[in-house]
Amino acid sequence: MSMMQSLVQWIDDRYPMTKVWNEHLAQYYAPKNFNFWYFMGSLAMLVLVNQILTGVWLAMSYKPDADLAFGSVEYIMRDVNWGWLIRYMHSTGASAFFVVIYLHMFRGLMYGSYRKPRELLWIFGVIIYLVMMATAFMGYLLPWGQMSYWGAQVIVNLFSAVPVVGPDLGVWIRGDYVISDATLNRFFALHFLLPFLLAALVFVHIVALHKVGSNNPDGVEIKKGPKGNKWSDKAPADGIPFHPYYSVKDIMGVAGFLFLFAAVIFFAPEMFGFFLEHPNFEPANPLKTPPHIAPVWYFTPFYAILRAVPSVAGSAFPGVVAMFASILILFFLPWLDRSPVKSIRYKGGLYKILLWLFVIDFIVLGYLGTQPTTNLYKLMAQVGTIYYFAFFLLMPIYSKLDKTKPVPERVTE
Amino acid sequence: MGADGVDLKKRRTLTLATSAVGIVGAGYVIYPFLAAWAPSEKAKAAGAPVEADISKLEPGQIMSVKWRGKPVWIVYRTERNLKDLPTLDPMLLDPNSDDTGQQPEYCKNPTRSIKPDYLVAVGICTHLGCSPTYRPDIAPADLGPEWKGGFFCPCHGSRFDLAARVFKGVPAPKNLEIPPHQYLSDTTILIGQDGGKA
Repeated sequence: MSMMQSLVQWIDDRYPMTKVWNEHLAQYYAPKNFNFWYFMGSLAMLVLVNQILTGVWLAMSYKPDADLAFGSVEYIMRDVNWGWLIRYMHSTGASAFFVVIYLHMFRGLMYGSYRKPRELLWIFGVIIYLVMMATAFMGYLLPWGQMSYWGAQVIVNLFSAVPVVGPDLGVWIRGDYVISDATLNRFFALHFLLPFLLAALVFVHIVALHKVGSNNPDGVEIKKGPKGNKWSDKAPADGIPFHPYYSVKDIMGVAGFLFLFAAVIFFAPEMFGFFLEHPNFEPANPLKTPPHIAPVWYFTPFYAILRAVPSVAGSAFPGVVAMFASILILFFLPWLDRSPVKSIRYKGGLYKILLWLFVIDFIVLGYLGTQPTTNLYKLMAQVGTIYYFAFFLLMPIYSKLDKTKPVPERVTE
Repeated sequence: MGADGVDLKKRRTLTLATSAVGIVGAGYVIYPFLAAWAPSEKAKAAGAPVEADISKLEPGQIMSVKWRGKPVWIVYRTERNLKDLPTLDPMLLDPNSDDTGQQPEYCKNPTRSIKPDYLVAVGICTHLGCSPTYRPDIAPADLGPEWKGGFFCPCHGSRFDLAARVFKGVPAPKNLEIPPHQYLSDTTILIGQDGGKA
């Protein structure tokens, strides 16, 4: 045995290094027909690493103090060596995270990746999405600009709209009667903590994935198909080892992603006010609300739903319920879809039309959420909200009515 | 007794009792962590009353002072404003200030104020906490011909009149809050304390 082999053996006797490597990479057989949409999971992990790394570096120069926070961000931008790059990597990374996660979730919708036996895998994913939203929301307060302040004011007040306990709940979250230094300080602590919880949840998500195996664009279970490929007699015939086949493919995806990511960082870090909103270049002023406030783009579809629901009996609570319900309804998706097939490739025209309408609906709601309310926009948001919920709530009916095509035995090329 | 001389009943009882004590203990440990999120003594002390000098305020003007971190407006209403107020009643949600939580007893009157000329109100929208904009102009293009001056919330379009009363059909569910206050002199208002007049 060479030195290297004996070193590996020495470790393997004490820690299952080779075993873990094989089970999750070199002998983890993924379907051979992955396409573009299967880049998003590994890209999301890359962005999470980017956020944690740049975030820790920003924390070395940032001051979570209502009097100093805004200035410390400017200090990072102007005086810290390469501070502007690290900050833009972080702010652009936040938006990039949501871009890849929305595409990742859409992939799940298209190919039925939430269906049995992947219900828990999907649920862990929705939890990751919720924690991501909480992290992003708390992070947005930290620059202590006008939009940070008033955005947080509106969102924390959503909790105050809960009947009976609401006002006390709002005060408890803020640690004060308004958004203040206490709120900023605790949001900073939580914004630092939650990404590590995210990393743990990603681990759980992957453990669940490797238990049930990856779905694929055909929605065919390769584990139920014939056995035996060129690497193993027992492995699924339509599976290929994740490493090196998909690890190399994912690196190509990373290269493509980094082209776009770097282009935004260097040429349009504010993304025309969508990634960094203009009022946020003005320090927070508790006495003056900017003339138009809107959350960052990744929250706007839900914000549009919030605004679309009229208040009932003098309470804004129904809008708040609708907004949270629009996210929580995702948890039930595995049981709402009653179609006999998983993948959109074998679903009928009805589902295809409804899914694409849903995509348009989500984008339109997102646009409306960035705009001031007018009567026309409010009506549009109401129609959009109804469609959003109908897409999910009527799924048990239309997914059964839909004319599906026969699913092949094996994955297609 | 189990087959091998183990008293399962006793074991279960002990497990239950230990778990119960453990849960109570965990509850005691969690409490300080949850309570630490409530406003600190310092934050509570910052709720102290503030004085506002209104000697320089002209009719039609507004000034803001900060009380408990929130903007409090003082508006010197014009004669015309005061005449317009009752005409708006049919369009309002709570024209008579029947919601007792939104103003002290002594401000439950048509102008929602101690002195009719001066409105003192917390400038935080009762919908989701934005600060509405003061729009004293009569019938501006964006607010429509019915507008007699008031406050417009830019966030979600809520409207209030110059007595801080909410209009019907807007997201805000309640009139703006009138804080407890008192006149220390003709030109000084103490906001946050009403001297026991309530």
